[in-house]
Amino acid sequence: MREQLVVDRIRCDGHGLCAELLPEVIALDDWGYPIIRAGSIAPSLLEHARQAVDACPVLALKLALVTAM
Amino acid sequence: MDRLLSGPPLTAGAESYGAHQQRFGALPAAAARSLIGRLEASHLIGRGGAGFPVGRKWRAVADRANGKAVVLANGAEGEPLSLKDRTVMAARPHLVIDGAVLAADAVGADDIIFYVGAEHRAAEAAMRYALAERAADLRGRARVVQAPRGYVAGEESAAVHFINAGDPRPTTTPPRPFERGVGGRPTLVQNVESLAAAALVARGDDAGTSLITLSSAVRRAGVREIALDATLAEVAASAGGLARPVQAVLLGGYFGGWVDITDLWARPLAPASLRARGHAFGCGVLSFLAEDSCGVEATARIMGYLASQSARQCGPCLFGLGAIDAACRRLAARSAQPDDLKRITRWGGELAGRGACKHPDGATGLLRSALGVFADDYAAHQRGRCVRGAPAAGRPGALAQAVA
Repeated sequence: MREQLVVDRIRCDGHGLCAELLPEVIALDDWGYPIIRAGSIAPSLLEHARQAVDACPVLALKLALVTAM
Repeated sequence: MDRLLSGPPLTAGAESYGAHQQRFGALPAAAARSLIGRLEASHLIGRGGAGFPVGRKWRAVADRANGKAVVLANGAEGEPLSLKDRTVMAARPHLVIDGAVLAADAVGADDIIFYVGAEHRAAEAAMRYALAERAADLRGRARVVQAPRGYVAGEESAAVHFINAGDPRPTTTPPRPFERGVGGRPTLVQNVESLAAAALVARGDDAGTSLITLSSAVRRAGVREIALDATLAEVAASAGGLARPVQAVLLGGYFGGWVDITDLWARPLAPASLRARGHAFGCGVLSFLAEDSCGVEATARIMGYLASQSARQCGPCLFGLGAIDAACRRLAARSAQPDDLKRITRWGGELAGRGACKHPDGATGLLRSALGVFADDYAAHQRGRCVRGAPAAGRPGALAQAVA
């Protein structure tokens, strides 16, 4: 079961905690908003990804199953 | 080549229901059942800008509808250079209504909403009058909702949001409108020209024409209907030819992109042909940029408009487009900061996919096209110079200027 990080862009206020907790996958743009590397999360990083999701103060970050569109 | 616009001249105003029925016959209601398949076979793509296949969209709603879907006919034409949606509503309202009724029957909808831009006064009046002419047939299934001004109000999740809650800003997707839209019901949001085209497909047409809006450096600007296999040169000729030498064309409007005129001049405008070259037909805007006009300045004006039209909900769109706008204005004014060109190039690649709607994607797509087509101009402007002024020989339209 592969998962990817999804940002609710309306909720996100650019606090930036996610990028601190998961720099392997999340970078910040010039205004502090996350840029998520494309693709599913490597199994070795899943625990860090869950921590990043939990740390978001506005609940804008989610782990979602990768679905074929 | 007129099919959508065949019949009385556009200046005659809205065609009456009687005249419409005389030309087209009664609504081919029985066609609704097989229409989705025929739309798929016709390869009709949506004419609102996104270019999504119409048949596939209808099927996605039909699969979820259970007779309780909604058809939202999108006539909120926010694109500044496009006039064709208001034109088809104002002149051929019954063709749009035919398409919407057929769509409702085909997908299983019992509610039809015509979402018409508040500034399209003639179009709204024509749609209201036409619906009144058909009140007996429609039995309260259809209504008009005035769409607020603004570029983003026509985005499909924004249209649904406005009808549901009076707020014309996009919402986070999923769910998309075809899953959960007006009143929580599966909703087919379809551009009004696409619906008119579907009404022709139901009567055996092959969807081989499209409406376009021509502007700038062409002798007869305005809305026309073209055969999709016509080349840009043929389209320009049908509009009286170019008025001045032209270097580029803005294809698809502010959500489209700049194309070097020599890349497109002799090629057909059919969506598949454009797609193969990395371009998009979009909403059918074709706006020519004269050889002696500056693409850096033209693009700065567009980026300023698009930045001002952000719904201001998502940080990357609000701050990113704002910063791009400021840098584009400095570049256009030949007072760039040392890294402005480098920065807009990087930002142009960073914003796509990072808004609730596609506004940042569209804006940065346009910017990236400009950075490619006007690369020499941008480099000159970064150094504080502009290379425009004298037209180069041998460009399309050069003869026209020599004669004029």
